[in-house]
Amino acid sequence: MNKTINWLRKLAKKPLFLPLFSVFLVLIINVVYDAVQGNYALEFFKLEIKEGALYGRIIDILNRGSEAAILAIGMTLVVSSSAGTDISVGSVMSLAGSLCCMLLAGFGVTHVRDVSELQMPIFVGVIAGIAVAGLCGLFNGFLVAKMRIQPMVATLIFFTAGRAIGLLLTNNKMVYIHLDQFKVFGGKLWLFPTPTVIAAICILIMAIILKTTSMGMYVQSVGINPKASRIAGINSAAIILICYVICGLFAGVAGIVATSRIYSADSNNIGLNLELDAILAVALGGNSLGGGRFNLAGSIIGAYTIQAITTTMYALGVAKAQAPVYKAIIVILIVVVQSPVIKAYFAKRKAQKASLAVAAGRS
Amino acid sequence: MKKKNINSHTILLLITIALFFVLYGAGYFMYGFGDNAKGFEKLQTFLDIFRTNAALICIACGMTCVMLTGGIDISVGSLVAMDCMILSVGMENNGISPTLLVPFVLLIGIVFGAVQGFLIGYLNIQPFIVTMGGMFFARGMTAMICTDQVSITVQNWFKEVAGIKVYMPFELGAIVNKRGVKMVPYINIPVLISLAVVLIVFLMLRYTRTGRSMYAVGGNQQSAALMGLNTKRTKMITYILSSFLCSIGGICYCMNTMCGTTTQALGLEMKAISSAVIGGTLLTGGVGNVFGSFIGVLINGTINSIVSFNADLTRLGGTVPNVVSAFLLFVFIMLQAIFAKIREKKQ
Repeated sequence: MNKTINWLRKLAKKPLFLPLFSVFLVLIINVVYDAVQGNYALEFFKLEIKEGALYGRIIDILNRGSEAAILAIGMTLVVSSSAGTDISVGSVMSLAGSLCCMLLAGFGVTHVRDVSELQMPIFVGVIAGIAVAGLCGLFNGFLVAKMRIQPMVATLIFFTAGRAIGLLLTNNKMVYIHLDQFKVFGGKLWLFPTPTVIAAICILIMAIILKTTSMGMYVQSVGINPKASRIAGINSAAIILICYVICGLFAGVAGIVATSRIYSADSNNIGLNLELDAILAVALGGNSLGGGRFNLAGSIIGAYTIQAITTTMYALGVAKAQAPVYKAIIVILIVVVQSPVIKAYFAKRKAQKASLAVAAGRS
Repeated sequence: MKKKNINSHTILLLITIALFFVLYGAGYFMYGFGDNAKGFEKLQTFLDIFRTNAALICIACGMTCVMLTGGIDISVGSLVAMDCMILSVGMENNGISPTLLVPFVLLIGIVFGAVQGFLIGYLNIQPFIVTMGGMFFARGMTAMICTDQVSITVQNWFKEVAGIKVYMPFELGAIVNKRGVKMVPYINIPVLISLAVVLIVFLMLRYTRTGRSMYAVGGNQQSAALMGLNTKRTKMITYILSSFLCSIGGICYCMNTMCGTTTQALGLEMKAISSAVIGGTLLTGGVGNVFGSFIGVLINGTINSIVSFNADLTRLGGTVPNVVSAFLLFVFIMLQAIFAKIREKKQ
């Protein structure tokens, strides 16, 4: 018995415990709900192939959660290096999508139905969209790293302006690209949904960079103490700048995926509130929002957990507009458990118990 | 005579005030004279900026206090939506008297702020995350209460108060329109409430122990604690104040719109933050002034007003004011950063 408790305690201290535990909880809720409803209990895990593509709730979660997962990669680096959050990612996503569609369709054109109507090859538009998002990241990074402005204020500029510039680019209209070559980014690739594949590629690239270079260590050391790392020979400003550029580039990728999903540039709605999901994913992944050590896997699992929670809530019959209440309760519970004061309280209680035990042993 | 010290913060405030006059002057010359005259020169246009932004003024005051302590409160927009929804559903669907509802809404503000303040002050959780939770919660609760748009059509004192026009004394700025009717410029009750809020918060920050503690906590929390200030309590009080002022703002907002919807006041928190930043409040805390935030709101209001007078820009929807105010935000942030660097060099 004691052994099991000790084992559980050790498990609870693992960095990935919190995100994995939340996933586990969500899965249990789903299975129990299906069993209670009289459905097949493992309905949640069912996979089937329809029209040459995988279908199932898990696939759906992996598909819908792609944007948040892609954003969470960049957000983790930003949070870790600068101890602040980039709240502009949602707006930058919509800006990237708008620019891409505008370049493809031409200014003022609202519908493209044939390849011959395209103003330029699709890949040029996509790259331009991602590049402009990278530029936004560069701007944010410049303000944070060089001008030493609080990340939230610096990114507030593009939070306000990103969507608005997108609307100006598309002349305040929806721009539709009815082309299969464009829809593919939000559609399916062989068996799998393309967004999931893109998210996997992004994660893979980042993982390779972190494994093969010492960038991860630099980012963490800058986050823990920027002055000390500068004295130790790390160019703190450059590291922070790179993190923001990476965050911007990933926001661009997510923007293209989101735009391709609805094959139109809907500047008002693409990426709406997604910055909050990304930040939440980082927090849920067990990363401190105060900067320093980070765990990329945690953030990504966190992003998919949020999507799983959302999907589960819809399955449980919660209306879309009411879902935020439960999300809020979950967020608050997580941060309260993680809060240093609560942790210190439990540590103190443990120490008291130990000292009592020692005293009892002596007498 | 003691020579008054002009520091960089005073310069920033002066720049903000000057910018307001420049912007308003630009609007005045563009749409107030000659062929383009569309009525920008009227005193009523100026007062309308106050009327449309009464709620934002109250909220920006609360936001300034929070930012003074080095925190942030992004729950305000959702809280306003929730307040409006409670007021409209209570009055319209359930026939509850506003005499009960208005204090209830204010009480909700206090409780909401107390929970957030406790989590931030005593449990030491980042303000951004806590108020983000509050934001989700309030927005979701709004939808839980009712998902439809509810307009207040019941006649009661709330509606009467909202309809009261307070005319300018001595018929200041009165004009005679084409039909020969004399039009005296007017404001309404929410404007008076918001102006009172600005004055009270200004005096509170300057002369009371609580207000002074807010500056001290924001300037340097550790030294404030070493000085013997209860930093945890101060933080909690700040968030209570913010949510309370936000509820007052919610009542003003409801008086203006007379309805409740789930998407109401979307993004109001960012408007309040950008107003405070333009008004010279630092997000790092310790520096700022309610008066500056008030001018910040007026600047944003003037931009909106100028854009609404230009047919070409209005066609593009509500996007142009956002670009302009983002640009202004950028300019002010750069100015603040430059002043901060100059100060560093002096030391």
